[in-house]
Amino acid sequence: MNIQTLTKPVLDVQNLVVTYYTDAGRAKALDDVSFTLRAGEKLGMVGESGSGKSTLALAMMRMIKPPGRIEGGRVMIGDTDLMQLSEEQMRQARLSRIAYIPQGAMNSLNPVTRIGAQLVDAIRSHGIRDSRSQVEERCINALKSVDLDPATFRMYPHELSGGMKQRVCIAIGILLQPAVIIADEPTSALDVVTQRQVMETIDRVKDQINAAVILIGHDMGLMAQFVDRVAVMYSGRLVEVATTREMFTAPMHPYAAALISSLPNLENKGVFQGIPGLAPSLLRLPGGCAFHPRCARVMDHCKTVRPVTRTVRGDRLVTCHLYDAEA
Amino acid sequence: MTNLLELRHVSKTYSRGLINTKSTVALQDISLMLKEDDPTIMTVAGESGSGKTTLAMLLLGFITPTTGQIIYRGRDITTLQGDDRMAFRREVQAVFQDPFAVFNPFYTVDHLLTVPIRQFKLAKTAAQARDKMDEALTAVGLRPEDVLGRFPHQLSGGQRQRINVARALLLKPRLLIADEPVSMVDASLRASILETLRNLQRDHGVSIIYITHDLTTAYHIAKSIIVLYRGGVMEAGDVDRVIKSPQHPYTRLLVDSIPWPTLDQRWGSDTIKAREAGGSGTGCPFRSRCPMVMDQCTTQPPLYRIHDTQAAACYLHAAHPSIAADRLTELLPTRAAAEV
Repeated sequence: MNIQTLTKPVLDVQNLVVTYYTDAGRAKALDDVSFTLRAGEKLGMVGESGSGKSTLALAMMRMIKPPGRIEGGRVMIGDTDLMQLSEEQMRQARLSRIAYIPQGAMNSLNPVTRIGAQLVDAIRSHGIRDSRSQVEERCINALKSVDLDPATFRMYPHELSGGMKQRVCIAIGILLQPAVIIADEPTSALDVVTQRQVMETIDRVKDQINAAVILIGHDMGLMAQFVDRVAVMYSGRLVEVATTREMFTAPMHPYAAALISSLPNLENKGVFQGIPGLAPSLLRLPGGCAFHPRCARVMDHCKTVRPVTRTVRGDRLVTCHLYDAEA
Repeated sequence: MTNLLELRHVSKTYSRGLINTKSTVALQDISLMLKEDDPTIMTVAGESGSGKTTLAMLLLGFITPTTGQIIYRGRDITTLQGDDRMAFRREVQAVFQDPFAVFNPFYTVDHLLTVPIRQFKLAKTAAQARDKMDEALTAVGLRPEDVLGRFPHQLSGGQRQRINVARALLLKPRLLIADEPVSMVDASLRASILETLRNLQRDHGVSIIYITHDLTTAYHIAKSIIVLYRGGVMEAGDVDRVIKSPQHPYTRLLVDSIPWPTLDQRWGSDTIKAREAGGSGTGCPFRSRCPMVMDQCTTQPPLYRIHDTQAAACYLHAAHPSIAADRLTELLPTRAAAEV
């Protein structure tokens, strides 16, 4: 935690807003999201489906497509604001400064092209004019760093297992040594053993290139094992950001607390404690705090007054009226 | 006591093509029994490629075993015809992994429920059909007015998966094959679907075969567990014993890799050997990845009975008496001792 206060953040997201203009109305998928990340740090982004996790990743990559629009905010990597770059500059920045490993990435490999060609393509399209053998060596080193045999370079995607394909995608992600890697549910289709291997691979390559990692997912168990800080999203807002230890020992936001207590562990066998109700539609958000209809600690003014995100107890962020007095 | 379902030395081999005649053993000599008057929840666990889904497909009669027999209430399921086959189709139901793929996006969700009612002639009038649908949806914790008449894309993954369970329930099955029913559902909704499944077993007397790679949910819902690796049984027994004190190196690896949501239970630090692609060869299928591999592992180990309710197929336990593969069921408890 001391390191956090000493070094300058490598990623600084401020007041990011994304709206989808649908026939049924405007849906605010990201509502004033702000957070920072330091080099080498791992942040977990959790929330239910539709809470805006993937929209956040896409917005940071400037890959929101119509009817969605980035309405405002900054995404600073070092001293560059990605939102101010031209389309071509942004294309160059993707992969070289900020890499995105999308959900189901392993199915995004081209089935009729060898793995090697897909890696070389990523390097060439960023204007790197090294000799052919240099580029090839770089690709093979990337494959080695994710524990794949150099022979993988000459293989086709169908010759690899799911976990191996996922590691190829990670290899592509780190080829140009980006400062930030966003991994969107990188292991959701993999079994526990392969999941652990993939996560350990991400951890190792992150250390090699000293990148910051954002892990998007809904599995709190995986977060406890892997990340340094956890951010909880609900209906497009960050409701709590805390270190993993703080989050799991003393969650502050009632939604974060409910998420953690709904998890099965070895002690509470046979107790199934879900979160009552459903995530609200972004088109019809409840007034006040969006979580109030499902909240166990709801108060009168939660129904009318929208809580603001406050910094409390050191560097924790929480968006809840329960802590109004502390800020 | 009659058996609801019995697997006798079932094996399934997939052979590939005409030219490349190398075959893959998906399941090897599995024997199991489920008793008719003692509904239970049995977990079949293992990683991708362990033969879990092949087992589900065999039990549902979608594919036929290469050798061995599957007996449902005294009849081999491959010989069922006519009314018997319809009865089998009704009494053995399935819930699949992907709650998005089983719905036809052009129909409202009612379609999924009305088709089986019509097919199996469960109702005489439209009102009766509607009552049955309401009853099944209520049983899985959905409000019928919330879901009926809506299109699949208007419902969440958790709601859809519960409609799948409701569809299975509608037919009053004796056996439910649940193939990874919660792996694609948000963590916060898993609890409610698992609870629905457990209530099916407890209140409606449905036996459930719960197929998963997720030992956490298996631990919470099941009474007994069978751990498969490359088609062979590695370890089996009472779910509490197997998960809290795994005896086979493969089960240990699985249990070690569970991402427990607590900070004091971290992933083990041993490095994992990658799975080799291709042929399984002879002997213990896990030996190429096993940290404790010995010379004798090149021959297939039998199951050793470590405890009244636990057995493992590993020479590390050779001091214990071995048990024939077809007597495995004797070790599997049907009810947890603590259950009231």
